Amino acid sequence: MELRADFPLLANNPGLHYLDSAATSQKPQVVLDALRDFYETANANPHRGVYSLSVRATECYHQSRARIAEFLGVRDSDCLIFTRGTTEGLNLVAWSWGMANVEAGDEIVVTGLDHHANFVPWQVLAMRKGAKFRICELTPDGRIDLDFLSGLLNERTKVVAFNHVSNALGTINPIAEIARLVREKADAILVCDGAQSAPHFPVSFDSLGVDFYAFSGHKMLGPMGIGGLIGKREMLEEMPPYQTGGDMIEFVHDERTTWNILPLKFEAGTPNAANAVGLAAAVEYLDNIGMDRVLSHERALMSAAQKRLAAIEGLHIYGPPPSERSGVLSFTLGDVHPHDIATILDGEGVCIRAGHHCAQPLMRRLDVTATARASFYVYNDESDIDALVAGILKAREIFGYVPV
Amino acid sequence: MSPARSSAEIGALYQEMILDHYRRPRNKGTLENPDASVEIKNPLCGDEIGLQVAFDGDSVSDLKFSGRGCSISLASASMMTQLVKGKHRTEIDAIRNEFRNLMIGSNSAGENDRLGSLRALSGVARFPARVKCALLAWNALESALALK
Repeated sequence: MELRADFPLLANNPGLHYLDSAATSQKPQVVLDALRDFYETANANPHRGVYSLSVRATECYHQSRARIAEFLGVRDSDCLIFTRGTTEGLNLVAWSWGMANVEAGDEIVVTGLDHHANFVPWQVLAMRKGAKFRICELTPDGRIDLDFLSGLLNERTKVVAFNHVSNALGTINPIAEIARLVREKADAILVCDGAQSAPHFPVSFDSLGVDFYAFSGHKMLGPMGIGGLIGKREMLEEMPPYQTGGDMIEFVHDERTTWNILPLKFEAGTPNAANAVGLAAAVEYLDNIGMDRVLSHERALMSAAQKRLAAIEGLHIYGPPPSERSGVLSFTLGDVHPHDIATILDGEGVCIRAGHHCAQPLMRRLDVTATARASFYVYNDESDIDALVAGILKAREIFGYVPV
Repeated sequence: MSPARSSAEIGALYQEMILDHYRRPRNKGTLENPDASVEIKNPLCGDEIGLQVAFDGDSVSDLKFSGRGCSISLASASMMTQLVKGKHRTEIDAIRNEFRNLMIGSNSAGENDRLGSLRALSGVARFPARVKCALLAWNALESALALK
């Protein structure tokens, strides 16, 4: 795939090797154009005005929802709630469903692989409610230990939260198997953090077997500040609003208020219509490539990178083999701190993430404070791997190799 | 502005002295009877530094540090312990201020330069994302002095 020219930031910086798409992706021209086009031709407050321009803004907003729902395999597009991103989507479930349904003595299960966004809200909820917060441990190569999970589940389990793909290691979790286990042994909701799956391979919510799935637009070529939460209709209908205010009401009496229907019940305030339009353009772009091709492209890059990095003395790669990972490669190099690796790579024009990846519970389980992480997307190619390898060798040259 | 760094800047950052203090840290460990004990974390990377200080009146008679971190944070901690040992707190405050200025790029070396080996860290000023690493130990020291 030769897509670099579609991305202005990359096209304008030929020496730049962007390998941090797991943090945020670059944006293609078509997404930037869609944003601009909305503001230039359709900008008004959706749902508010009787005038045609506001009607057009409303249409743009809901057509975008329908387009994104189609992309993610959601037949009932009103069950796709726009949020600021995955973090807000997960907090929405924890605060709305969780506060209404979790009682003292209940149990909430997360995993050692979770991002803080799918860990902390549940930890806080458990503390508020006097529920038990239980963490599913991992296999040595960084997968959810299904036997351990099975042992955690019981009739008190109310929530099982996990990620589809680990942002820190790239592990693709067996979502169907997890869902089957949970349905068999507990009466719990399944909450899936999809931040790292929606951008990288075909996802069809209706056949995932989970109750909630949250994702971020900015990691899938869309703008920052837009994402979504998809939920099952019967659950969303039952849940109390997460935030209250304009747009989400049916009628405001002096004493009480009734709620608007889905999805508006969960979208208080002026909606982020322009970014919804931008995200719809992003999924259109991804569909034109084909999500199967996105997956195979990343797989090919990952295997190539894995081979070359594994050959560097002192370099340790975390997580399962590349065939079971999405486009993430997490590594350490001898006793060189990942921050130092990232700074030296920066000198070679290579952007990688170094740190705990918002997954401190995982870092403790791996017994490291941080790792270096290279992540791939549609616009990367072999030359990015060349630059990555050259940068790592440079780090070794500066620091020498001292085994840990 | 180019979105990436030049390798000259990288060279200026990773000076021999920094690598030496990283690999052979001075005053690393713990004191038996510290007067003040502080632990602080860098939320950016999860690194942490523990600092233990013994006082003799208003002077630091001994100090040791522990923890995990990058070359910049550990070298800074190591050099700091060497430099402040035996000094009066007012002098330490002055050094700390000078070092902070160096880190934001506004310091020029004068005749009475108090920073000594810490000048090896001057390249950090060009890397705003790493300034926190260099200041971690100094922030710990500031907290320890406040405990006294």
